[in-house]
Amino acid sequence: MVYLACIILLLCGIYCVAVKKNLIKIILGLIIMEYSVNLFFVVLGYKSGGSNPMPQAIVTVLILTGLSTTIIMTAIAMRLYERFGTFDITKIRKLKG
Amino acid sequence: MSYILPLFIAVPLLAAFLIMPHARLHRRLPDIICLAVTAFLLAASISFYFTGAMGNLSLYYVAGFVPPAGINLVLDGLSGLMLLIISFGAFIISIYSISYMDKFTHREYFSTLLMFMVAGMNGVVLTGDLLNLFIFLELASIASAALVAFGTEAEEMEAAFKYLMMGSIASMLLLFGIAIVYAQTGTLNMADASRLLYPAVSHVKMFIIMLFLAGFCTKAAVAPFHAWLPDAHPSAPAPISAMLSGILIKSLGIYTITRIMFNVMGMTYEVSLVLMWLGAFSIIVGSFLALSQWDIKRLLACSTISQVGYMVLAIGLASPMGVMGGLLHMLNHSIIKPLLFLNAGSVEYSTGTRDMKQLGGLGSRMPVTWITSLFGSLSLSGIPPFNGFWSKLLIIIACVQSGKFFFAAVAVVGSIMTLTYMLKFQQNTFFGIIPEKLHNIRKTPLSMALSMVTLALFCLLFGVLFQFVIAIFINPAVVTVASGLSYSRMILGGMQ
Repeated sequence: MVYLACIILLLCGIYCVAVKKNLIKIILGLIIMEYSVNLFFVVLGYKSGGSNPMPQAIVTVLILTGLSTTIIMTAIAMRLYERFGTFDITKIRKLKG
Repeated sequence: MSYILPLFIAVPLLAAFLIMPHARLHRRLPDIICLAVTAFLLAASISFYFTGAMGNLSLYYVAGFVPPAGINLVLDGLSGLMLLIISFGAFIISIYSISYMDKFTHREYFSTLLMFMVAGMNGVVLTGDLLNLFIFLELASIASAALVAFGTEAEEMEAAFKYLMMGSIASMLLLFGIAIVYAQTGTLNMADASRLLYPAVSHVKMFIIMLFLAGFCTKAAVAPFHAWLPDAHPSAPAPISAMLSGILIKSLGIYTITRIMFNVMGMTYEVSLVLMWLGAFSIIVGSFLALSQWDIKRLLACSTISQVGYMVLAIGLASPMGVMGGLLHMLNHSIIKPLLFLNAGSVEYSTGTRDMKQLGGLGSRMPVTWITSLFGSLSLSGIPPFNGFWSKLLIIIACVQSGKFFFAAVAVVGSIMTLTYMLKFQQNTFFGIIPEKLHNIRKTPLSMALSMVTLALFCLLFGVLFQFVIAIFINPAVVTVASGLSYSRMILGGMQ
């Protein structure tokens, strides 16, 4: 059951990234995807008796990498807002081809 | 030799942390540190080929824990080849960026991020642990995304966001695959996971392979996962474009596909078929995209998609000849594509534009750039004395040998289209009548000319001496790839 929750969360994240037009919502979608994988790892650790420290250590590391990705994405989103005055990706279209 | 392996990750990381606080001491200090570090890495990676380290596997156990409990760094033929490609590219780019980066402020950020990227790529190619691979991959991706956004113009920000978004989705798919590997086997060590996954030909394994293929193909920009590349690669400063197109997608994409598919998961008929079709599709899509471009760097970036297609096609053939052709093309492309991007950077440095409609007749004004770009263009199109010819020939022969005549035809057509768009680049940039406003242009500085000439000479040298290149650099890598699933026995057998 819990595995299903992970998959549903992951799909929610992918849906959010694919469909939403707002930069911040896209970033949130990525964060949701990240959390679904983290949750998956945590659940794996629980299944093997609760005494397996490995998944906890892995999740700690993954939270850090996720944090750095989120920080840089947010920084870029802020700069984009400065340049374009909007978070709407349909209006941020200077590149083409 | 194995004690030297952690230095490939530690030295660039240390340099990255040293550059920031000491940048104010001297204006040129970041460049000097970058040059020293990359020269050291280049010397170390060349030394592997002359001390006999390539003949057998070198293992380094981090903190002394033996696998499968501990993390290990592995140096074999394939990793050695990748280390050489990364170090050589980084060294040339450090020389080039001395002059080129003068127009940017905050040079120390550039050097720091470059060092992080090198550390990440070295980690990806050396590690024998899936989670470590993911973390180094993220390190290299994040550093490269920051470098794409280095100019902080609107286009660059947009490209960086697109790149980071696609890259993060790919990373999440990879991480999900790694999590399923962990759920199946209870280990993250590649060799151990390979041993435990081997008997199981199941739906779960196919699912893992699909997740890995999607993730790594996005990192390698194989069509149809290529959408970020034509934006991200041209937006970066020229040395970084060269690094991204020439080296990053190979160490994060092609190397990881080869390693995971051959040595960890085991190459099957289905995977081989998928890789070949993706490669062929990539060749055609990349060529058509490149033909319609008028921005020099965008044209070169699109041609990268097409050339990556050749490597994936050849590696997907999974015959020794095909793997040899693919790896040789990887080595050659990591010389040619940086050269062409550096030429484009030199044109932009002198004239201030990359739009081919506004350029023309620069051949007489910038002789060094012209001649070196001619070398690069001919080499990429596969004209005989240059190195690109031999790798494309090997790939086409390998296709015919395996009886895949359709893919051989695609490779030939792709090569002709390569010649077409490279001629378009030459015609519109260096030949023809020079526009009025380009009569007084800046001269190419020495460091930029030096790095371009070095790369152009290597194009010719590797073409003339291709037998030695194959014998020295490619064959050990082919042996590693061909050893397939006995990789796990070799690694785990290494522990006493």
